[in-house]
Amino acid sequence: MSALLRLDGVACIRGDRLLFEHLSLALEPGEALWLRGPNGAGKSSLIRLAAGLLRAAAGTVERRGRCALIDEASALDAELPLRRALDFWARIDTVDGHAVDRAMAAMALVPLSDVPVAMLSTGQRKRAAMVRVIASGAPIWLLDEPANGMDDAAQARLVAAIAAHRANGGAVLLASHFALGIGDLAELNMGALA
Amino acid sequence: MTTLLALFWRDLRRAWGSGALWLPVLFFLLVATAFPFAVGPDAPLLRRAGGGMVWVAALLAALLPIDRLVRPDRDAGVLDQLAVRGIADEVIAAVKILAHAIAFGLPLMIALFPAAALLAQDAARVEVLAAGIAIAIPALASLAVLSAALTAGLKGGSAIGGLLVLPLAVPLLIFGAGMLDPSGRGAIKLLGAASLLLTMIGPFAAAAAMRGLRE
Repeated sequence: MSALLRLDGVACIRGDRLLFEHLSLALEPGEALWLRGPNGAGKSSLIRLAAGLLRAAAGTVERRGRCALIDEASALDAELPLRRALDFWARIDTVDGHAVDRAMAAMALVPLSDVPVAMLSTGQRKRAAMVRVIASGAPIWLLDEPANGMDDAAQARLVAAIAAHRANGGAVLLASHFALGIGDLAELNMGALA
Repeated sequence: MTTLLALFWRDLRRAWGSGALWLPVLFFLLVATAFPFAVGPDAPLLRRAGGGMVWVAALLAALLPIDRLVRPDRDAGVLDQLAVRGIADEVIAAVKILAHAIAFGLPLMIALFPAAALLAQDAARVEVLAAGIAIAIPALASLAVLSAALTAGLKGGSAIGGLLVLPLAVPLLIFGAGMLDPSGRGAIKLLGAASLLLTMIGPFAAAAAMRGLRE
Protein backbone atom coordinates (compact mmCIF):
# COMPACT_ATOMS: atom_id res chain seq x y z
CA MET A 1 0.00 0.00 0.00
CA SER A 2 2.98 2.30 -0.38
CA ALA A 3 2.02 3.27 -3.92
CA LEU A 4 2.00 7.03 -4.52
CA LEU A 5 -0.52 6.67 -7.32
CA ARG A 6 -2.91 3.79 -7.79
CA LEU A 7 -5.57 3.36 -10.47
CA ASP A 8 -7.86 0.41 -10.04
CA GLY A 9 -10.20 -0.87 -12.78
CA VAL A 10 -10.53 2.58 -14.29
CA ALA A 11 -12.69 3.32 -17.32
CA CYS A 12 -12.77 6.59 -19.23
CA ILE A 13 -15.55 7.83 -21.50
CA ARG A 14 -15.05 11.00 -23.58
CA GLY A 15 -18.12 12.16 -25.43
CA ASP A 16 -19.82 8.92 -26.44
CA ARG A 17 -16.58 7.00 -26.92
CA LEU A 18 -15.11 4.51 -24.48
CA LEU A 19 -11.37 5.24 -24.47
CA PHE A 20 -10.32 2.42 -22.16
CA GLU A 21 -11.68 0.28 -19.34
CA HIS A 22 -10.41 -2.14 -16.67
CA LEU A 23 -7.16 -0.19 -16.54
CA SER A 24 -5.14 -0.67 -13.38
CA LEU A 25 -1.71 0.67 -12.54
CA ALA A 26 0.31 1.52 -9.46
CA LEU A 27 3.37 3.73 -9.09
CA GLU A 28 5.63 3.11 -6.10
CA PRO A 29 8.21 5.69 -4.99
CA GLY A 30 11.04 5.77 -7.51
CA GLU A 31 8.96 4.23 -10.29
CA ALA A 32 8.11 5.69 -13.65
CA LEU A 33 5.62 4.54 -16.26
CA TRP A 34 5.65 5.51 -19.92
CA LEU A 35 2.21 5.75 -21.51
CA ARG A 36 2.71 5.22 -25.22
CA GLY A 37 0.41 4.81 -28.15
CA PRO A 38 -0.99 6.64 -31.16
CA ASN A 39 -2.85 9.96 -31.07
CA GLY A 40 -6.28 9.62 -29.52
CA ALA A 41 -5.42 6.45 -27.60
CA GLY A 42 -6.32 8.19 -24.32
CA LYS A 43 -2.87 9.09 -22.96
CA SER A 44 -3.83 12.64 -22.07
CA SER A 45 -7.18 11.54 -20.66
CA LEU A 46 -5.43 9.04 -18.41
CA ILE A 47 -3.07 11.78 -17.19
CA ARG A 48 -6.03 14.07 -16.45
CA LEU A 49 -7.79 11.21 -14.71
CA ALA A 50 -4.75 10.63 -12.52
CA ALA A 51 -4.60 14.36 -11.77
CA GLY A 52 -8.23 14.38 -10.66
CA LEU A 53 -9.29 16.72 -13.47
CA LEU A 54 -11.53 14.07 -15.04
CA ARG A 55 -13.87 11.72 -13.24
CA ALA A 56 -13.44 8.05 -13.95
CA ALA A 57 -16.58 6.42 -15.39
CA ALA A 58 -15.70 3.37 -13.30
CA GLY A 59 -12.98 2.34 -10.89
CA THR A 60 -10.97 4.31 -8.34
CA VAL A 61 -8.02 6.69 -8.43
CA GLU A 62 -5.93 7.08 -5.27
CA ARG A 63 -3.15 9.60 -4.78
CA ARG A 64 -0.87 9.75 -1.78
CA GLY A 65 0.73 13.17 -1.86
CA ARG A 66 0.54 16.17 -4.13
CA CYS A 67 0.64 16.09 -7.92
CA ALA A 68 2.48 18.30 -10.37
CA LEU A 69 1.08 18.40 -13.90
CA ILE A 70 2.36 19.38 -17.33
CA ASP A 71 -0.17 19.53 -20.14
CA GLU A 72 -0.42 21.40 -23.42
CA ALA A 73 -1.17 24.72 -21.68
CA SER A 74 1.72 26.40 -19.88
CA ALA A 75 -0.47 28.31 -17.37
CA LEU A 76 2.12 31.09 -17.19
CA ASP A 77 0.92 34.70 -17.50
CA ALA A 78 2.10 35.78 -20.94
CA GLU A 79 2.62 39.44 -20.01
CA LEU A 80 4.95 38.73 -17.07
CA PRO A 81 8.71 38.15 -17.10
CA LEU A 82 9.39 34.41 -16.82
CA ARG A 83 10.74 34.58 -13.29
CA ARG A 84 7.72 36.48 -11.94
CA ALA A 85 5.32 34.12 -13.70
CA LEU A 86 7.08 31.16 -12.05
CA ASP A 87 7.18 32.95 -8.68
CA PHE A 88 3.38 33.13 -8.74
CA TRP A 89 3.21 29.33 -8.79
CA ALA A 90 5.92 29.09 -6.15
CA ARG A 91 3.68 31.17 -3.87
CA ILE A 92 0.69 28.97 -4.69
CA ASP A 93 2.81 25.88 -3.92
CA THR A 94 4.23 27.66 -0.83
CA VAL A 95 7.82 26.89 -1.79
CA ASP A 96 10.62 29.47 -1.45
CA GLY A 97 12.57 31.23 -4.17
CA HIS A 98 15.57 28.91 -3.82
CA ALA A 99 13.51 25.99 -5.10
CA VAL A 100 12.70 28.06 -8.21
CA ASP A 101 16.39 29.07 -8.56
CA ARG A 102 17.51 25.44 -8.48
CA ALA A 103 14.79 24.31 -10.88
CA MET A 104 15.60 27.13 -13.32
CA ALA A 105 19.25 26.14 -13.23
CA ALA A 106 18.29 22.50 -13.84
CA MET A 107 16.38 23.47 -16.98
CA ALA A 108 18.96 26.13 -18.04
CA LEU A 109 16.42 28.96 -17.96
CA VAL A 110 18.27 31.41 -15.70
CA PRO A 111 19.38 33.63 -18.65
CA LEU A 112 15.73 34.03 -19.67
CA SER A 113 14.49 35.18 -16.23
CA ASP A 114 13.55 38.68 -17.40
CA VAL A 115 12.08 37.72 -20.77
CA PRO A 116 8.26 38.00 -20.97
CA VAL A 117 6.59 34.61 -21.27
CA ALA A 118 4.90 35.76 -24.50
CA MET A 119 8.34 35.99 -26.17
CA LEU A 120 9.37 32.41 -25.32
CA SER A 121 9.38 29.62 -27.88
CA THR A 122 7.34 26.44 -27.51
CA GLY A 123 10.30 24.47 -26.20
CA GLN A 124 11.29 27.22 -23.78
CA ARG A 125 7.73 27.32 -22.46
CA LYS A 126 7.79 23.56 -21.92
CA ARG A 127 11.05 23.97 -20.00
CA ALA A 128 9.40 26.70 -17.91
CA ALA A 129 6.47 24.39 -17.15
CA MET A 130 9.03 21.77 -16.15
CA VAL A 131 10.60 24.31 -13.75
CA ARG A 132 7.21 24.65 -12.06
CA VAL A 133 6.95 20.88 -11.73
CA ILE A 134 10.46 20.53 -10.29
CA ALA A 135 10.09 23.49 -7.92
CA SER A 136 6.68 22.36 -6.61
CA GLY A 137 8.26 19.54 -4.59
CA ALA A 138 5.26 17.32 -5.35
CA PRO A 139 6.05 13.59 -5.15
CA ILE A 140 3.81 12.63 -8.10
CA TRP A 141 4.74 14.00 -11.51
CA LEU A 142 2.15 13.76 -14.29
CA LEU A 143 3.85 14.74 -17.54
CA ASP A 144 1.78 14.93 -20.71
CA GLU A 145 4.13 15.25 -23.71
CA PRO A 146 6.72 17.20 -21.70
CA ALA A 147 9.34 17.04 -24.45
CA ASN A 148 7.21 18.59 -27.23
CA GLY A 149 9.21 21.34 -28.90
CA MET A 150 12.30 20.66 -26.78
CA ASP A 151 15.71 20.40 -28.46
CA ASP A 152 18.13 17.56 -27.70
CA ALA A 153 19.92 19.44 -24.90
CA ALA A 154 16.63 20.30 -23.20
CA GLN A 155 15.43 16.70 -23.53
CA ALA A 156 18.61 15.52 -21.83
CA ARG A 157 17.93 17.94 -18.98
CA LEU A 158 14.35 16.65 -18.75
CA VAL A 159 15.59 13.05 -18.56
CA ALA A 160 18.10 14.06 -15.87
CA ALA A 161 15.38 15.84 -13.87
CA ILE A 162 13.15 12.75 -14.03
CA ALA A 163 16.04 10.54 -12.88
CA ALA A 164 16.80 12.89 -9.96
CA HIS A 165 13.13 12.94 -8.96
CA ARG A 166 12.96 9.14 -8.97
CA ALA A 167 16.17 8.93 -6.95
CA ASN A 168 14.46 11.15 -4.36
CA GLY A 169 11.53 8.74 -4.08
CA GLY A 170 9.17 10.45 -6.49
CA ALA A 171 6.95 8.77 -9.06
CA VAL A 172 6.48 9.78 -12.69
CA LEU A 173 3.62 9.08 -15.07
CA LEU A 174 4.80 10.10 -18.51
CA ALA A 175 2.73 10.31 -21.68
CA SER A 176 4.76 10.61 -24.83
CA HIS A 177 4.43 9.36 -28.38
CA PHE A 178 8.20 8.91 -28.69
CA ALA A 179 10.88 7.38 -26.47
CA LEU A 180 12.90 9.86 -24.42
CA GLY A 181 15.76 7.53 -23.57
CA ILE A 182 14.92 7.11 -19.92
CA GLY A 183 16.52 4.05 -18.35
CA ASP A 184 14.59 1.45 -16.31
CA LEU A 185 11.18 2.50 -17.57
CA ALA A 186 7.97 0.49 -17.45
CA GLU A 187 5.68 0.82 -20.46
CA LEU A 188 1.95 0.81 -20.96
CA ASN A 189 0.90 0.69 -24.61
CA MET A 190 -2.45 2.51 -24.71
CA GLY A 191 -2.91 1.57 -28.35
CA ALA A 192 -3.19 -2.09 -27.41
CA LEU A 193 -6.02 -1.45 -24.95
CA ALA A 194 -8.69 -0.31 -27.38
CA MET B 1 -3.47 32.19 3.10
CA THR B 2 -0.44 32.97 0.91
CA THR B 3 -2.27 31.05 -1.79
CA LEU B 4 -5.37 33.23 -1.48
CA LEU B 5 -3.30 36.42 -1.46
CA ALA B 6 -1.32 35.30 -4.50
CA LEU B 7 -4.54 34.54 -6.38
CA PHE B 8 -6.09 37.85 -5.33
CA TRP B 9 -3.09 39.96 -6.37
CA ARG B 10 -2.86 38.16 -9.68
CA ASP B 11 -6.51 38.87 -10.49
CA LEU B 12 -6.15 42.51 -9.43
CA ARG B 13 -2.92 42.94 -11.40
CA ARG B 14 -4.48 41.44 -14.51
CA ALA B 15 -7.59 43.62 -14.14
CA TRP B 16 -5.62 46.85 -13.78
CA GLY B 17 -2.35 46.05 -15.49
CA SER B 18 -3.71 45.78 -19.00
CA GLY B 19 -5.24 49.26 -18.94
CA ALA B 20 -8.60 47.53 -18.69
CA LEU B 21 -9.21 49.41 -15.46
CA TRP B 22 -10.63 52.35 -17.34
CA LEU B 23 -12.83 50.48 -19.78
CA PRO B 24 -15.91 49.94 -17.55
CA VAL B 25 -15.44 53.41 -16.08
CA LEU B 26 -15.21 55.05 -19.50
CA PHE B 27 -18.28 53.13 -20.59
CA PHE B 28 -20.12 54.29 -17.48
CA LEU B 29 -19.18 57.93 -18.14
CA LEU B 30 -20.02 57.55 -21.81
CA VAL B 31 -23.61 56.57 -20.97
CA ALA B 32 -23.89 59.45 -18.51
CA THR B 33 -22.59 61.85 -21.17
CA ALA B 34 -24.78 60.52 -23.98
CA PHE B 35 -28.00 60.42 -22.01
CA PRO B 36 -28.48 64.24 -21.65
CA PHE B 37 -27.88 64.65 -25.38
CA ALA B 38 -30.51 62.02 -26.14
CA VAL B 39 -33.30 63.30 -23.88
CA GLY B 40 -32.47 67.00 -24.14
CA PRO B 41 -31.18 69.48 -21.57
CA ASP B 42 -34.39 69.59 -19.53
CA ALA B 43 -32.99 69.61 -15.96
CA PRO B 44 -36.11 68.38 -14.08
CA LEU B 45 -36.53 65.48 -16.51
CA LEU B 46 -32.82 64.61 -16.28
CA ARG B 47 -33.02 64.71 -12.49
CA ARG B 48 -35.98 62.29 -12.45
CA ALA B 49 -34.63 59.83 -15.04
CA GLY B 50 -30.89 60.21 -14.43
CA GLY B 51 -30.75 58.19 -11.21
CA GLY B 52 -32.18 55.13 -12.91
CA MET B 53 -29.80 55.64 -15.82
CA VAL B 54 -26.85 55.55 -13.41
CA TRP B 55 -28.04 52.16 -12.19
CA VAL B 56 -28.43 50.74 -15.69
CA ALA B 57 -24.98 52.02 -16.65
CA ALA B 58 -23.41 50.53 -13.49
CA LEU B 59 -24.92 47.11 -14.24
CA LEU B 60 -23.73 47.14 -17.85
CA ALA B 61 -20.29 48.37 -16.80
CA ALA B 62 -19.98 45.45 -14.38
CA LEU B 63 -20.80 42.99 -17.16
CA LEU B 64 -18.48 44.61 -19.71
CA PRO B 65 -15.26 42.72 -18.82
CA ILE B 66 -16.79 39.25 -18.34
CA ASP B 67 -14.83 37.69 -21.20
CA ARG B 68 -11.62 38.56 -19.35
CA LEU B 69 -12.59 37.14 -15.94
CA VAL B 70 -12.58 33.35 -16.40
CA ARG B 71 -11.96 32.40 -20.04
CA PRO B 72 -8.25 33.39 -20.24
CA ASP B 73 -7.51 31.40 -17.09
CA ARG B 74 -9.28 28.39 -18.50
CA ASP B 75 -7.54 28.63 -21.89
CA ALA B 76 -4.09 29.07 -20.32
CA GLY B 77 -4.61 26.03 -18.10
CA VAL B 78 -4.46 28.08 -14.90
CA LEU B 79 -7.77 26.69 -13.63
CA ASP B 80 -6.53 23.12 -14.25
CA GLN B 81 -3.28 23.78 -12.41
CA LEU B 82 -5.17 25.22 -9.44
CA ALA B 83 -7.54 22.25 -9.42
CA VAL B 84 -4.58 19.81 -9.43
CA ARG B 85 -3.38 21.57 -6.29
CA GLY B 86 -6.70 20.82 -4.61
CA ILE B 87 -7.83 24.44 -4.39
CA ALA B 88 -11.63 24.44 -4.31
CA ASP B 89 -13.41 26.08 -7.23
CA GLU B 90 -15.55 27.94 -4.70
CA VAL B 91 -12.43 29.57 -3.26
CA ILE B 92 -11.15 30.54 -6.72
CA ALA B 93 -14.57 32.01 -7.63
CA ALA B 94 -14.82 33.90 -4.32
CA VAL B 95 -11.35 35.40 -4.84
CA LYS B 96 -12.29 36.39 -8.39
CA ILE B 97 -15.48 38.07 -7.14
CA LEU B 98 -13.58 40.00 -4.47
CA ALA B 99 -10.90 41.08 -6.95
CA HIS B 100 -13.50 42.14 -9.53
CA ALA B 101 -15.51 44.03 -6.87
CA ILE B 102 -12.40 46.05 -6.01
CA ALA B 103 -10.95 46.31 -9.52
CA PHE B 104 -14.19 47.63 -10.98
CA GLY B 105 -16.01 48.90 -7.89
CA LEU B 106 -13.45 51.44 -6.69
CA PRO B 107 -13.08 53.29 -10.02
CA LEU B 108 -16.86 53.10 -10.50
CA MET B 109 -17.47 54.84 -7.17
CA ILE B 110 -15.13 57.62 -8.23
CA ALA B 111 -16.72 57.92 -11.67
CA LEU B 112 -20.14 58.07 -10.04
CA PHE B 113 -19.64 61.72 -9.03
CA PRO B 114 -18.95 63.21 -12.48
CA ALA B 115 -21.66 60.94 -13.92
CA ALA B 116 -24.20 62.17 -11.37
CA ALA B 117 -23.25 65.77 -12.14
CA LEU B 118 -23.78 65.18 -15.86
CA LEU B 119 -27.25 63.81 -15.08
CA ALA B 120 -28.22 66.83 -12.95
CA GLN B 121 -28.40 64.90 -9.68
CA ASP B 122 -28.31 67.11 -6.56
CA ALA B 123 -26.20 66.38 -3.48
CA ALA B 124 -28.90 64.47 -1.64
CA ARG B 125 -29.53 62.16 -4.59
CA VAL B 126 -25.81 61.63 -5.16
CA GLU B 127 -25.52 60.45 -1.55
CA VAL B 128 -28.35 57.95 -2.05
CA LEU B 129 -26.86 56.78 -5.36
CA ALA B 130 -23.39 56.32 -3.86
CA ALA B 131 -24.76 54.35 -0.90
CA GLY B 132 -26.90 52.17 -3.15
CA ILE B 133 -24.15 51.39 -5.66
CA ALA B 134 -21.66 50.68 -2.88
CA ILE B 135 -24.13 48.14 -1.46
CA ALA B 136 -24.72 46.59 -4.89
CA ILE B 137 -21.07 46.33 -6.04
CA PRO B 138 -20.39 42.90 -4.43
CA ALA B 139 -23.54 41.54 -6.06
CA LEU B 140 -22.67 43.06 -9.44
CA ALA B 141 -19.17 41.51 -9.23
CA SER B 142 -20.71 38.19 -8.23
CA LEU B 143 -23.05 38.23 -11.22
CA ALA B 144 -20.21 39.18 -13.57
CA VAL B 145 -17.99 36.29 -12.41
CA LEU B 146 -20.95 33.91 -12.55
CA SER B 147 -21.81 34.81 -16.14
CA ALA B 148 -18.10 34.73 -17.04
CA ALA B 149 -17.83 31.17 -15.69
CA LEU B 150 -21.05 30.10 -17.41
CA THR B 151 -19.93 31.41 -20.81
CA ALA B 152 -16.19 30.59 -20.63
CA GLY B 153 -16.69 27.41 -22.65
CA LEU B 154 -18.70 29.06 -25.42
CA LYS B 155 -17.29 30.80 -28.47
CA GLY B 156 -18.46 34.41 -28.46
CA GLY B 157 -20.22 33.59 -25.21
CA SER B 158 -19.75 36.95 -23.56
CA ALA B 159 -22.54 38.39 -25.69
CA ILE B 160 -25.12 36.14 -24.06
CA GLY B 161 -23.47 36.49 -20.63
CA GLY B 162 -25.41 39.66 -19.96
CA LEU B 163 -28.71 38.06 -20.92
CA LEU B 164 -28.04 35.12 -18.59
CA VAL B 165 -27.73 37.21 -15.46
CA LEU B 166 -30.19 39.97 -16.33
CA PRO B 167 -33.10 38.34 -14.44
CA LEU B 168 -30.90 38.07 -11.35
CA ALA B 169 -29.88 41.71 -11.65
CA VAL B 170 -33.46 43.03 -11.85
CA PRO B 171 -33.99 43.14 -8.04
CA LEU B 172 -30.84 45.26 -7.71
CA LEU B 173 -32.16 47.71 -10.28
CA ILE B 174 -35.64 47.89 -8.73
CA PHE B 175 -34.48 48.39 -5.15
CA GLY B 176 -31.47 50.49 -6.06
CA ALA B 177 -33.43 52.93 -8.19
CA GLY B 178 -36.27 52.66 -5.66
CA MET B 179 -34.02 54.22 -3.03
CA LEU B 180 -34.21 57.47 -5.03
CA ASP B 181 -37.97 57.65 -4.63
CA PRO B 182 -38.87 59.67 -1.48
CA SER B 183 -41.51 57.06 -0.62
CA GLY B 184 -39.04 54.15 -0.99
CA ARG B 185 -37.81 54.03 2.62
CA GLY B 186 -37.50 50.27 2.84
CA ALA B 187 -35.66 49.99 -0.48
CA ILE B 188 -32.17 50.19 1.05
CA LYS B 189 -32.89 47.16 3.25
CA LEU B 190 -34.29 45.19 0.34
CA LEU B 191 -31.31 46.19 -1.78
CA GLY B 192 -28.98 45.03 1.00
CA ALA B 193 -30.82 41.70 1.24
CA ALA B 194 -30.77 41.18 -2.55
CA SER B 195 -27.08 42.09 -2.70
CA LEU B 196 -26.20 39.74 0.15
CA LEU B 197 -28.11 36.87 -1.43
CA LEU B 198 -26.54 37.32 -4.87
CA THR B 199 -23.06 37.72 -3.36
CA MET B 200 -23.48 34.48 -1.42
CA ILE B 201 -24.85 32.52 -4.39
CA GLY B 202 -22.08 33.71 -6.74
CA PRO B 203 -19.08 31.63 -5.58
CA PHE B 204 -21.06 28.37 -5.47
CA ALA B 205 -22.84 28.84 -8.78
CA ALA B 206 -19.63 30.00 -10.52
CA ALA B 207 -17.73 27.04 -9.03
CA ALA B 208 -20.32 24.61 -10.41
CA ALA B 209 -19.89 26.21 -13.84
CA MET B 210 -16.07 25.99 -13.55
CA ARG B 211 -16.29 22.28 -12.70
CA GLY B 212 -18.40 21.84 -15.81
CA LEU B 213 -15.63 23.42 -17.89
CA ARG B 214 -13.28 20.55 -17.06
CA GLU B 215 -15.54 17.75 -18.23
